[in-house]
This record gives sequence, structure tokens and C-alpha cells, in this order.
Amino acid sequence: MADFTSSFWQWYITVLVVLSIVGVTALVVWMAQGKLKVGEEAKPMGHVWDEDLQELSNPLPKWWLNLFYLTLIFAVVYLALYPGLGTVKGVLGWSEIGQYEKEMKQADEHYGPIFEKYRSENVAVLVGNKDALKIGERLYMTYCTNCHGADAHGNRGFPNLTDNDWLYGGSPENIQTSIMNGRNGIMPAWGAVIGQEGVYNVASYVMGLSGRKVTEDAASAGKEIFAKTCAGCHGADAKGNPAIGAANLTDSVWLYGGTQQAILQSISGGHQGQMPAHGEFLGEAKVHLLTAYVYSLSHTSP
Amino acid sequence: MTDSNDKKEPPPAEHAPSKDDKEPPQRVMSLVEAQEAAMRRKPASDGQPAEKKRRSFAGQRPQAGQRMVTLAEADAKHESLYAKHQKVYPRMVHGFFADLRVILASLTLGTFYGLPWINWGAERQAFLIDLPARKFNLFAWTFWPQDLFYLAVILIISALALFLFTAVAGRVWCGFTCPQTVWTEIFLWMERKIEGDRMKQMRLAQQPWNRERILKVGGKHTLWVLFSLWTGFTFVGFFTPIRELSVATVSLSLGPWETFWVFFYGLATYGNAGWLREQVCTYMCPYARFQGAMFDRNTLIISYDTQRGEPRGARNRLVDPKSKNLGNCIDCTLCVQVCPTGIDIRDGLQYQCIACAACVDVCDSVMDKMGYPRGLIRYTTENALEGRPSRLLRPRIVVYTSILIAISLALVVSVLLRVPLMLDIVRDRTSLYRETNEGMIENVYTLKIMNMDNSDHRYVLSASGIEGLKLDSALTEIAIDAGQTRDIVVRLVADPEKLSKRSNEVEFLLQAADDKKMVVREDAKFLGPIPVRP
Repeated sequence: MADFTSSFWQWYITVLVVLSIVGVTALVVWMAQGKLKVGEEAKPMGHVWDEDLQELSNPLPKWWLNLFYLTLIFAVVYLALYPGLGTVKGVLGWSEIGQYEKEMKQADEHYGPIFEKYRSENVAVLVGNKDALKIGERLYMTYCTNCHGADAHGNRGFPNLTDNDWLYGGSPENIQTSIMNGRNGIMPAWGAVIGQEGVYNVASYVMGLSGRKVTEDAASAGKEIFAKTCAGCHGADAKGNPAIGAANLTDSVWLYGGTQQAILQSISGGHQGQMPAHGEFLGEAKVHLLTAYVYSLSHTSP
Repeated sequence: MTDSNDKKEPPPAEHAPSKDDKEPPQRVMSLVEAQEAAMRRKPASDGQPAEKKRRSFAGQRPQAGQRMVTLAEADAKHESLYAKHQKVYPRMVHGFFADLRVILASLTLGTFYGLPWINWGAERQAFLIDLPARKFNLFAWTFWPQDLFYLAVILIISALALFLFTAVAGRVWCGFTCPQTVWTEIFLWMERKIEGDRMKQMRLAQQPWNRERILKVGGKHTLWVLFSLWTGFTFVGFFTPIRELSVATVSLSLGPWETFWVFFYGLATYGNAGWLREQVCTYMCPYARFQGAMFDRNTLIISYDTQRGEPRGARNRLVDPKSKNLGNCIDCTLCVQVCPTGIDIRDGLQYQCIACAACVDVCDSVMDKMGYPRGLIRYTTENALEGRPSRLLRPRIVVYTSILIAISLALVVSVLLRVPLMLDIVRDRTSLYRETNEGMIENVYTLKIMNMDNSDHRYVLSASGIEGLKLDSALTEIAIDAGQTRDIVVRLVADPEKLSKRSNEVEFLLQAADDKKMVVREDAKFLGPIPVRP
């Protein structure tokens, strides 16, 4: 069984449990001996506390003794029904994961319809539905804020979801795909390929694209390298390619920071951005509502 | 247990000398046996008004050779851990303390049964603990789960008050205001109305199950059950609006929990006040047991004045007790008969005594009839009984009183200054800070705002603490309906040049647009990069 690293432990537990039950039973039976005969007086046992409080040889009260026996019977019945003796599964076949799955199934049956209700509706319509957005917001606050922030403005490496600037496209279908299947954005490391000077030149060119002041010579040198090395993904016009998640480099949105130092770092070291897939985890109905909420952040209701 | 089969018919002699201490003690009767014996005697005297008159307040005095014993004594004789319950039939009392108890019982019961019916405004029940809505209406106030510490303070005040009153006046709580006493009192009243006084009750219990007994006992229990159900209904009325509850009750459409609590609380009332009575005080109540810790020699207790009373004994009213070498106690045992817990106060202070002062009232009436001064049984202190002066101002009284006053004042001030608005700030935990494309530093906060007031409000939010700090929020005014909570996500934006530390204190200020006094402030942290020193 996978719970144990070696079969020693299952025997260790089994033997200890069985020995304990047998031992405790023997102890209780032994202690229950010594009933007083008719007319016999209880004798002092020689233990005295608080000057005159003495222990007598009276037998255990019956009801109390029976409680001991009941606990022993309980233990045996429990061990027969539930897993407890090493790898023995028990008659009921109960398991923690089984319990979890059962409860999750019940929860889904109970709460599922609440989410399912909106699934057939178009995202563009849901954006105008306050209740749907409230559910979407709750889902967002639970599953998305860790990376994208409570205000969905993102963080370094985690895109801002409110600015209508999309790496993989901003249509409801694109957003839904991103959440369902996740995304893997890869910017290769170019430092070793184009050299330190090449990186500096490309950075100068790219910064110039969004209207920042750069050195003319470096920028024109960078343009040549860009056309050979970068245009494949980011496009000849550097506007990016939503099909593969290549960023638009002509605007002032910088996923990994817009300072010169940050841009140099991005080009020479590359980046690996990962959006995890949520489809299997959340299910289509919840993702649909999440899509509507995320879409509503950059699209006001019609 | 004493076997009741060997009961002997008491000797028919009346008024035999009761001073038989020197003689070897004959069989000791338990209180119940004495009561039974007295009852068997009673019918014989019915036809003799003269004799009846003579015993008007002496009740059924034990016969010669028999000493009336208390429950505790009777139990001690039988070496069993289980004391069989002996029903106590408290005799009706009139007097100052009895009247006081009636007044206090009317007040407390009146409050209990009346309060849920009072409305504050048109629709709002003045006292309602609305569990589904998580709120508590108290006249004009509405309290929320966030105000729960007020409950803790009220409980502390109650406990301190209990300590103080116990230290000063003993178990006044038990004797006059405890629900157990109060409900038992009203159940006793109902019992007397139907079954008659103590003697009639005891005789009824001896009768076979004939028509009279079935009718009377059945009627009593019917009345008790109805009253108990009304009590349960009222109890639930503190949690479900009682007018809706009455409609639901009449149309038999109570919810499962409401039904459960009506019957459960009803059963508890019926069981506690009808059946358990003094057993609750002697066996179940924890307070009865730890009260001793609060008693001292200056605490008011109900006590029999042994010096004045002993030696006790029967005598004619016109005889000077001194001539017969007797004290003031005429040994009429009325103090035992009226006792709701079935003890003999003349045996000294006992843990069963709930200080109801019934024995004080009845003994005073006897002393009046005998022409002796009142107060053979009275409120006094251990010091006073021993001839020492009693002091009211002791360190423990001063300490209890000052703490009690301080906490009560703090509660009143705190409730009066309470702002029905709550602001909780949750800073985004997963990121330290964010650099915008403009090079500014942003922190994100989720604000939980709760309007705890009874009317809708609009609020204005602002933040301060860093030079040039900007609050970036989608809303300029936050509208929240009465009793609602709203989550607002806001950003604070600061210039990194102005940040002198990595962690900076900022303060959010939330103010109602229509009520300048409704303000809450809440501190938060604003994180930034390591400052660059010039």
C-alpha cells in the first residue's frame, strides 16, 4: 500500500494495536476480579490520603466496568469496519479520498445548478447581469487574486486584466481558452546569441518604438537585429502575435517592467510565463462566469 | 431506605411534653413520615373546632417521642449514596419578604413575557435576536456579530454584580430573582389554586386515584403544561418575531427548529419548576456550591438566633417562658413547613438554603401571635450573631464595587460613542508592491465596509500618511444599504521618492457623506522598494 514506505510499518501498527487490545482486555478482566463475598467487609488497601481518606478493596462498580468492556468492543468493531490495522481496508471500504470525493460530488450537485444556469448565456450578455458578475467576482477573488491582484491590475510577470491589452487576444473565447487550458508564454534568452551589445541595441530600438528617447545609432543597429531575431514572434511591426502570446512592444505596457534595466534583462535572460489550466479544476460553468467577470473589467455593459 | 411498611400509628395523645431529651430516643421519623402521620391524624380532629383552633399555627406537630428530622438527617441515617427524593410541600407564607418576592417575580416574569411584544417603531420588534440575519435589535440600536464583545462585557458585569450582592447580602439572587425560584413560585401558586393548601395537597397525595384526585392532579398538570408551552413560545419569540410566530402557531406552520425550541424550553420549564424544584438548587446549580467562597463573617445570612430560641419547646401563650426554662422558640416547625428546600433553618446555615426568607416571614408572624419580639429567625451576619459589630465596607466589597462601576461606565460610554460603521482592511497578501509603467509604487487593498446603521448611507473614502499619496478607486462615493457589507478594492499610489522606509503607515478614513460624525479610521501598511538615499 502506498501509504507505507515499507511493509515493516503495517506490521508494526497491526501488532501494536492487537497487543494493546488484548493487553487492556486482560487488565480489565484482572481488575474485575476480587468480588466481595456475601457478608465480607471491604478491607483497607493501605493507601491513605489527606490523613483519613482510604482506599478499600471494593470491586469496581458494574456500570463503570461495563463501560470499559464497551470501549473494547467498540475498538474491535471499529477495526473491523474501518481501516486501522496496517493495510486492512475494513468491511465498509471507507477511505479519506473517497469521503472527500463523495462530499465534493454532493457539493457539486447542490451548488452546480447555480453556476450551470449561466452557462448557456453569451458572455457579452452576462456582462450586463449583476448577479452573474457577483458570482464571477467571488470566483475571481478566490482563485485569481494570488497572481493577478484583488484589483486585477496584475503584477510583474502577471498581466493586467483591466487594460484591454491582451497577450492572447481579448475576445470572450480567447479569455475562456486561457482560463480553461492555461498558457505557456516563452521568451527565449538571447544574451548568448546576440551578445551584450546586441541586447543593448535591440533594447534601444524597442524602447524607441513606444516613443522613448534612445540613442539613434544603437536603435538603428538594434533594428537590424530585431528584424532577424525578434520579428519572427513579435512581428515585423513589433505589434506582437496573440496566437503565440508574443507581446506588443510598441505600447507602454511592460509585463516584466519597463525600465531600461528590466528590458535588457528580459532580452538577455528571457522569460517563462505560465498561466495554469483551470478547466479540469473549476469546470466549464465556473470558468464561463470567470470569463464574464474578466471580460467585464475592460468592457462596460452594453 | 426506611421501609414504610413498619410505620406505626402515632399515639393519639395530644400535646404531650416534647422535652424528652433525657429519655432514650425512640424511632426517628423522616420529614415525610411525620407529614404522613400528621395527615392520618388530621381527619380525627376535623370535627373538633376547638382543637383545630388550638393548632392553628402549630400545624401537625410531631407526637411525643418523635422528633421531626430534616431531609439531610434522614438521608444521613441511611447509608446510601442515592437519596430518594421526598416531595416538599412548602406552606404558603405571607409577610414582607413574600410580598417582595411576588413583586420581583412579577417584574421579572412580566419582562420575560411582555418584552417580545413591544415594538420600536412600526415593524421592528424592540428586543429581537435575529439569528438568520445575524443581528440583534435592542430598541433603537442594532448590534452585529462584530459587537459581540459587548455581550462579554455584560456577562462580566453580571458576574461581578453577583459576586458583590452575594458578598453583601448572601443568596438574594437565589431567593428572589433566580428563574428557578421565580418559576417555581408561580408553579406553586397554580398548584395551590387547584389542589389547595399544603395540608390538602398532602392528603390528596395519599388518596386513591379517585375522581377528585384525577381531576385535580390532571388539571394541575394541564395548567402547568399550557403555561410551560406559553413560556417556550415566548422564549422563541425572542428569536423569531413574536407576532409572526403567533400567526404561524395558530396556523400550525411552525418551522422545525421553532417547534423544537418551543417544546424543549417548555419541557425544561415544566420539569424544572413542576418536578425538580429544590433539587435543581441542591444538586444541579453550580452557583449554589461556589457561593460559599464569597461569604464572609459580615455577609447577610438567614439565621435562627439559637441563644434566644433555645431551649425550644411548646408552651401556652400566657406562660412566661422563663418560668418553664424555655427560650423563645415554641417548636411549631412552621419554619420547616414553609421551607421550599425542606431544611430546618434552626440547624444553622446550610448549603441548601436559598435565602428566600420564607422562614423569617412565618416566624415573625408566630412571634407576633406569641407576643414575643420579632426576629427569632432573621437576616443577620455571623458577626452580629456572635455579638461583634458587622462591617459593610470591607476590602472585597470596595474592590467589587469599584470594578463594577468602572466596567459599567465603560460599557455605557462605549455604547453611546459607538459608530455604526465598520471598516476592515485586507492588504493584498501575495505581492509586496507594484511598479506602474509611470514608475509609481502601488499597493492594493480590499476594504470590507459594513453599514451597521438602520438607514442607508453614502460614504467618502480618503487615505493619508505619505506625501502626495493618491487613492485610486473606481468609486468616489460608496453607497451601502442598511445592514449590508460591501467589498471595495482600492489602490494607493505613491511616488517612490517620497517613501522613506520600506514599510510605511497609512490611514484610511471613511466618512458618511450625510453625517460628519459617522467616521471610522483604520491603519494599514504601505510597502515600497528600499529607498534610494541621495
